[in-house]
Amino acid sequence: MIRYIRWCAYFCAALLAALLINMGRVQVWEASAYGANPANKRTAVERYAKPRGDILVDGRPVTGSRDSGQLLRYERTYANGPLYAPVTGFSSQTYGTSFVERAEDPVLAGTDPGLSAFPFWYDLARGHPPGGNAVTTIRASMQRAAYTGLAGRRGAVVALEPATGRILTLVSSPSYDPAALSGTGARVKEAWTRLNADPARPMLNRALRETYPPGSTFKIVTAAAALDAGVVTDVDAPTQTPDPYPLPGTSTLLPNEATGCEDASMAEAVQWSCNTVMAKIGVQVGLAGMVEAARRFGFNDDGLRVPSWVSPSAFDTDMSPDQLALSSIGQFNTKATPLQMAMVASAVANGGELKRPYLVERTTQDDGSQVRRGEQHALGRAMSPATALRVQELMVKVVENGTGRNAAVPGAVVGGKTGTAQHGVGNAGTPYAWFIAWARAQGAPLPAVAVAVVVEDAAADRGGISGNSAAAPIARAVMAAALAAKPAP
Amino acid sequence: MTALTAKVTEPAPPPPPDARAPQGRGVELTLLAGAVLISVLGHLYVGFAATGRFPEAVTRHTVGFAAAALIAHLAVRLRAPYADPLVLPIAVLLNGLGLVLIERLDLTAAGHHTADEQLRWSGIGLALFVLVVAVLRDHRVLQRYAYLSVTAALALMLVPVFFPAVNGAHIWIRFAGYSFQPGEFAKILLAVFFAAYLAANRTALALTGRRLLWKLRLLPGRVLGPILTIWLLSVGVLVLERDLGTSLLFFGLFVIMLFTATGRIGWIAIGLLLAAVGAYAVGTFEPHVHSRVEDWLNPFASIARGDGPGQLAQSLFAFGAGGLLGAGLGHGQSFLIGFAAKSDFILATAGEELGLVGLSAIMLLYGLLVDRGFRAGLALRDPFGRLLATGLASILALQVFVIAGGVTGLIPLTGMAMPFLAQGGSSVVTNWIIVALLIRLGDSARRPVPAPFPAPFPAPPSSPLPTGEAGRA
Repeated sequence: MIRYIRWCAYFCAALLAALLINMGRVQVWEASAYGANPANKRTAVERYAKPRGDILVDGRPVTGSRDSGQLLRYERTYANGPLYAPVTGFSSQTYGTSFVERAEDPVLAGTDPGLSAFPFWYDLARGHPPGGNAVTTIRASMQRAAYTGLAGRRGAVVALEPATGRILTLVSSPSYDPAALSGTGARVKEAWTRLNADPARPMLNRALRETYPPGSTFKIVTAAAALDAGVVTDVDAPTQTPDPYPLPGTSTLLPNEATGCEDASMAEAVQWSCNTVMAKIGVQVGLAGMVEAARRFGFNDDGLRVPSWVSPSAFDTDMSPDQLALSSIGQFNTKATPLQMAMVASAVANGGELKRPYLVERTTQDDGSQVRRGEQHALGRAMSPATALRVQELMVKVVENGTGRNAAVPGAVVGGKTGTAQHGVGNAGTPYAWFIAWARAQGAPLPAVAVAVVVEDAAADRGGISGNSAAAPIARAVMAAALAAKPAP
Repeated sequence: MTALTAKVTEPAPPPPPDARAPQGRGVELTLLAGAVLISVLGHLYVGFAATGRFPEAVTRHTVGFAAAALIAHLAVRLRAPYADPLVLPIAVLLNGLGLVLIERLDLTAAGHHTADEQLRWSGIGLALFVLVVAVLRDHRVLQRYAYLSVTAALALMLVPVFFPAVNGAHIWIRFAGYSFQPGEFAKILLAVFFAAYLAANRTALALTGRRLLWKLRLLPGRVLGPILTIWLLSVGVLVLERDLGTSLLFFGLFVIMLFTATGRIGWIAIGLLLAAVGAYAVGTFEPHVHSRVEDWLNPFASIARGDGPGQLAQSLFAFGAGGLLGAGLGHGQSFLIGFAAKSDFILATAGEELGLVGLSAIMLLYGLLVDRGFRAGLALRDPFGRLLATGLASILALQVFVIAGGVTGLIPLTGMAMPFLAQGGSSVVTNWIIVALLIRLGDSARRPVPAPFPAPFPAPPSSPLPTGEAGRA
């Protein structure tokens, strides 16, 4: 019987060995596969177990966290959701994250290794650091001015600090409250479906992700290209342009909305927004010169991150002369985001140097100590400093005594350019009203702000002035708020 | 009982009566202190991890736990002084760890106080342990109650059939707010019966019967009849109750004890064959069991169907999340398992929070406990004691295998309680009785054999005492 008891004991030992081997398989070999299974809620539970870090505007959080008492415990709240939605994006337990919520997610969610004082500290201590904060470059007063200026009309406003590239304003309208997407459950799904089905597309970030034909605002790029290329040496010299202007190689006649454009100088052409003159100048610069100039301003760049990705703005690189003529006045295939046109104004204002636009000034730990700084760096030179000065003069005339008088800010030097972009089949759509501008306080060495405004459903009063009536007042309000605010530290 | 030969298995020649044999009570007390310390530290850690504060009434908890362990130790010291010193500390440690894990799971759901209830049951279990150790002075007394045991066992297993099913299984009796699983107690009674019956009839079982094939013999119905009847009845009842785990346990116990008693490989072959046929039949035709088998073959099927992870998938996720070192007590999310997280799936919490390292330690504790049972069986001199020790050790081993293998996806999941760890009053009480019996058997095994008369010389190597070793051993 002794032998049989031993055999039984060996049998039990074999069972134990089988258990241990299988446990090793489950806990070590298969562990990562189990962890990656989308049905495994552990990652989500852990992610939402503590309050998410905040996004700050002017030093004050515009986000918050709410204890929902659910399995995924903390839900995102937004102090002024629709106003800042294009900046913050959403942080949803169901649909993930977007914009700054996405770009700075590791810091906000507390998973960024930079949040721990010592490497691997939290791996050893088995805890998690509290979520860090993201400090944005946005100025609340300007943001509000832009948002109230658009007043629910479809459009977007972007303002930049030309010397640094800080994005001071980023408004898209109509907007939505990202708090509606924060949690889980039927109401969130319903909100998501409703927002996506809305014909006004409130979740579309028009400032970064929608491209519009830039229309006459693109004439600034054409003017800079002509000056840099030496095609125009005297901005006040007549250009001998017929009105209407027959597009090269075709019998199509390009008309002007403005009057008095026949044989106008480039200065007059910018001031009164003459299509004929700028189209001709664009053709004179040539395809290669125009493509290169547009590229220097940031067109055709699909790698721009602010830190969220930005839709690339387009200037066609393979065109016949008549198409080039149309492209030079911001029509044909030319498309630009509001951010791109703000970069055009910013480059002019900054003496020709284009700074990379950025939205996150710095990320900090929970206690305010810095994790990372938003880097300022130049994207390159869009035009020579001399050209920039001359284009600035042209733009100032637009506001002083031209098509953009509505943008004038008392006590400041303001340069601007209106635009009315036709679009749709046979240009049947309501034209987009554009205004790009920059403003320099009297006595200040450099312009403090560059702004681009686009209003999609401007009243259909064609002729370069709709940019002035619909878009310029918004630009003025934003610039006035920028000049009234203390300069950023 | 007839002694045929004298190949005896005494660890050492019996010492003179006045010499003090090593008893190991001091070792036991030291280990007990360690077991109590680990449990109390776990209790503190869980409370701290969950709330950031040390739990209230920690002194009361510590003193209560230590006092219970001390009373059990005193009972052993007074009534079973030669018992194996490892058995009681392992049982106390496992019970303490179970309480810590249950308490930890209580904290994830407000208003849950299952740990308190489990603590009361553990107290009852310890009281019964002391009672058994104190009252049962010689395990051979149990041999007399073989037929009473089997009657009681069958009655206990039959009663729940008349109660409503809980979660698909008729294994519960609900009475005055308490629920019991009588099948838990039945397994001890069956082990006692099998041991007594096989000890009395093993010679007949091993040697008689017409030769059927090569070494396979057909046993006379007179010998085989009663045992097959009992076994069929117990398995039949279990199929009626749809409790596959206990059915597997009883079947395994029966085969192991039969093999130990007779040494016939044929029994194993027949047993495995019967088990395979039975498992196939039950797995195919019984929907409750069939779904368990399906889950085992493909634990993530419900995710693919869009129904979210099933319990086994959640259990595997928990084990996987633990990894090598675990998330730390109180830092895991094994509550995602939901239903039965504290009972059938308690091991998943251990795996997630203590890691493979902690889980292996728990498994080795069970291994040691089983090992002590088998050692007692090897050292005992009477066939009944040997068979009973083997049976009790096998019950523990099989139960651990069936439930641990189930929750880790090694075998199909069957609802059973992890000995000592899992929440469940009847289980914890039963396991304390098993431990009491192992203490008693160990005491008998290690107790120096009193010399029949004052011996002037050391006793010869082969003892003249009738020790009842079968000739075929």
